[in-house]
Amino acid sequence: MLEKIAQIIEEKLGLDGVEITEKTRFKEDLNADSLDLFDLVMEFEDEFGTEIPSEDLEGITTVGALLDYIEKKAG
Amino acid sequence: MSNYDLKDKVALVTGAGRGIGKQIAIQLAQCGAKVIVNYCGSKEAADEVVDIITSSGGIAESLQCDVSDFIETKNMIEKITDKYEKVDILVNNAGVTRDNLMIKMSEDDFDLVVTTNLKGAFNTIRHLYRNFIKLRAGKIINISSVSGVMGNAGQANYSASKAGMIGLTKSLARELASRNICVNAIAPGFVETDMTKKLSGSAMEGAMQMIPLKRFGRPEDIADMVTFLASEKADYITGQVICVDGGMSI
Repeated sequence: MLEKIAQIIEEKLGLDGVEITEKTRFKEDLNADSLDLFDLVMEFEDEFGTEIPSEDLEGITTVGALLDYIEKKAG
Repeated sequence: MSNYDLKDKVALVTGAGRGIGKQIAIQLAQCGAKVIVNYCGSKEAADEVVDIITSSGGIAESLQCDVSDFIETKNMIEKITDKYEKVDILVNNAGVTRDNLMIKMSEDDFDLVVTTNLKGAFNTIRHLYRNFIKLRAGKIINISSVSGVMGNAGQANYSASKAGMIGLTKSLARELASRNICVNAIAPGFVETDMTKKLSGSAMEGAMQMIPLKRFGRPEDIADMVTFLASEKADYITGQVICVDGGMSI
């Protein structure tokens, strides 16, 4: 799951050779703004077939938090 | 035939059953776009626009929706994106007037005008936001008014709604620029439509005095600007208010 998420993040944000772990922070480490996050979430929705309301985005600041969120949703 | 190539583009024009919107729909279709002719009241009028387009080889369909209603608008947008898979061009044209001196303006008159003109634009954009972000392209064109730029006595509600559309345009242009989505407003002056036919003789004369080019605009004058802004020729223009008003706002 982390691998898949990392791959999408790399693609969407145009990153190359950046190590993405559960601790990676979207804003501080990846320079992603709120629109980037929204963009990523739409991609994850398609990939994992789950709906992520925009309100829930607020609390998701790290890759790990996103992973947990999607696992909970999908589970 | 038009100069701009909008082949394979899908366009939604709100309030396209008559007036400026009708002409916008026709000219976008002439450029090759598939056009959704949205209307609120008259199906007949909208179907006539569709007929005009299809009889000259274009693609169009009419869809009823009161864009001032958030949920109704959501349903319409879903119908469109289900069928056409995307919307490339959104023209927020639907608008109403309820002119009166403020002292005689009812709360309902204010609410109706702001809800249709300004919130209607919010509603369509809100429900197409994901569509545009996914496309990483797109053109949003809001039909404001010279009344929203300069103000107009007796039109506090209309003017406020149209000035609001300008704020919406500029903020959204900044918000979406990184995704290659251009958002612009057009501010028509007096244009020969049913809306301006309501003007009294003296109001008409007064209006003419304010227009340096000494004529009312034609729906074509506005539609020409829309097709330009919708085309790739305008890819470097965003957040602008373009006055197509015969020089009124100089």
